[in-house]
Amino acid sequence: MNLQEKRRRKDQLFAVICLASTITGILLLALLLCDIFVKGFSWLSWDFICSYPSRFPERAGIKSAFWGSIWLILLTAAIALPMGVSAAIYLEEYAPRSRLTKIIEINIFNLAGVPSVVYGILGLALFVRGLSLGKSLIAGALTLSLLVLPIIIISTKEALSAVPNSLREASYGLGASRWQTIRYQILPSAMPWILTGSILALSRAIGETAPLIMIGALTFVAFTPQTPLDPFTAMPIQIFNWISRPQPEFANIASAAIIVLLLVLLTMNAAAIILRRKYQKKLQGQ
Amino acid sequence: MAVHSYNNIKEKIIERYLFVCALISIFVTISIVLVLLSETVSFFRDVSIIEFLTGTRWAPTYTPSHFGVLPLINGTLLIAIGSSIIALPVGLTSAIYLSEYANEQTRGIVKPVIEMLAGIPTVVYGCFAVLFVTPIIRKLVPETEIFNAASACIVVGIMILPMVSSLSEDAIRSVPHTLREGAYALGATKYEVTTRVVLPSALSGILASFILAISRAIGETMAVTLAAGATPNITLNIFESIQTMTAYIVQVSLGDTPAGSIAYKSIFAIGMVLFLMTFGMNLISQWIRSRYQEVYE
Repeated sequence: MNLQEKRRRKDQLFAVICLASTITGILLLALLLCDIFVKGFSWLSWDFICSYPSRFPERAGIKSAFWGSIWLILLTAAIALPMGVSAAIYLEEYAPRSRLTKIIEINIFNLAGVPSVVYGILGLALFVRGLSLGKSLIAGALTLSLLVLPIIIISTKEALSAVPNSLREASYGLGASRWQTIRYQILPSAMPWILTGSILALSRAIGETAPLIMIGALTFVAFTPQTPLDPFTAMPIQIFNWISRPQPEFANIASAAIIVLLLVLLTMNAAAIILRRKYQKKLQGQ
Repeated sequence: MAVHSYNNIKEKIIERYLFVCALISIFVTISIVLVLLSETVSFFRDVSIIEFLTGTRWAPTYTPSHFGVLPLINGTLLIAIGSSIIALPVGLTSAIYLSEYANEQTRGIVKPVIEMLAGIPTVVYGCFAVLFVTPIIRKLVPETEIFNAASACIVVGIMILPMVSSLSEDAIRSVPHTLREGAYALGATKYEVTTRVVLPSALSGILASFILAISRAIGETMAVTLAAGATPNITLNIFESIQTMTAYIVQVSLGDTPAGSIAYKSIFAIGMVLFLMTFGMNLISQWIRSRYQEVYE
C-alpha cells in the first residue's frame, strides 16, 4: 500500500468514525425514549393523572405532583422572569464598560454552572429556615428562581444584542429617550427570542429534582396545594420516590410519570416555537 | 418643562431599578458563599480540618463517627472520569461531523436532536440507568452490584455529551474558511485538514467545553444518587457501589436530619467542596477561552 492509498484510507475511516459518533447520540436518545415508553405506556390512563399517590401501585396517580409542578413553574416564572429580563436589559443597554460590569457578567456565567444541589442548600438555609417559609411552594419557587435566573439573563442578553443598532439610533433620532427606545422598539423586536429563551429556562426548572429534595418537598402529598404557602410535591420528586421503591410495579408507574413529565416539557417547547412564530409574523406585518 | 423633568426622574428610577436587578446575581454568589461558609466553620469546630481532608473513612452516623472526605471525592472523580471517557471522544467527533462533514440540512435536523438529550431531566436519566443500563451490565459482568458506578458513568456520559458536541462545534465552526482552503490547496485530505489545521485552531474552545462538561459531571446529582448507590468507598472498581459528594447531600436531606446536628452541618462542608471545585473549573474554562482564543482578522 503506497502512501497515497494510506492517506485516503485514513481519511475515509475518520469520516466513518465521526458519522458513527453522531448516530450514537441519536440512537441513545431513541433508546431512552423507547425504553421509558414501553415500560410506562400501559400504566398511563386518565385515572393515573387524576388520582393521588397511593401505597398500591394500581391506584397510584400523579394528581398532586402534576399540580405541584404547575404551581411551581408559574410562581418561578412570576419571580424569575421580571428579574432576569430587567438584569439583562441593564447589562445590554445601560451598563458602562466598567470593571463591575465585567465582574457581573463573568459571575452570571459561573452561576449558570453551579450544581443545582448547591442551590438547594442555599434555598434550605435562606428560604426554608432563614425566612421561615418552611417546606412550602414559595420556598421551592424562590430556590428554582435563583437557579434559572442566570440562564434567563444570558438568553435575554443574546436576544437584545441581536437587535440591530440602526433601530436604536432611529429611535433616538426621533427624540425618544433611552427607556422609550427600549420599551417601544427594542423589547418588542427582541420579544420572540426572549420568550423562547425564558421558556427553555423554565423547562429546565420543571425537571429539577435535587434542589426540591434539599428544601424538603414532601413525596407523599394527597392534596393539591391551594396557596403558595402549602407543602407540595412535584413530578420529578414523585418519579424519584417511585423508582426508589423495591416493588417492580412502581418502576412502571415511574415510567408513566416520566411520559407525563416529558409531554409537559414538549408542550412548553412547542409553545415557545408557536409564540415565536406569532410574534415574528406580527413584527413583519407592521 | 415640568413634563421634561418628570421624565428625567422616571428614566433615572428605571435605570436604578434595572441596575439593582443586575446586582442580584452578585448577591446570589455572595449568599452561596456565606451560607456554605457559616455552617462549614461550625462543622470544623467539631471535626478537624486535617481529618476531613485526609481521612479515608466517611461514616457520619457510626459511633465513633468518621469524617474523611476522600471516599466521597473518589466517588465523584470516578464518575467524572468514567463519563468523560464516554462523552469527550464521542462529543468531539460528532462536533467534527456536524461542522465539517454534514450539509446544512442534516445539521439543522441532527443538532437539535442531540441537544434534546440535554433537555431531558436528570431524574429520567437516573431511571434509565436503574431500569435499563444496570440490568445489561449485570448480564455482561455478573459480579456487578445492584448499585454500581459503571451504570452512572454511562448515563452521566450521555447527559454531558450534548454539552461537549454543541460547544465544541461552535468553536470548530468559528475557525475561518481561508485556513481550511489553504490546507486543501496544499493537497491535504479532509482528515489532515481537520486534525492538523482546524482542531489546533479551535483547541481553546474545545478544551473549555471539556472542562465545562466535566464540571457538570461533578455536580450531577439525581442520576448518581439513583444508580451509583450510597456506599462511601475508595475504589477504582466501577462495578462496585460508591457514593459521590452530591449523592451524600441528597441522602442526608432525605432523612429527617435536625438542623444543627453534625450530619446537617456536614452537607454544608461537602457543598463547599463541591462549589469550590465546580466554580473553579468554570473560571478556568472561561479563562482558557478568553486567554488562548485565536483571533482572526
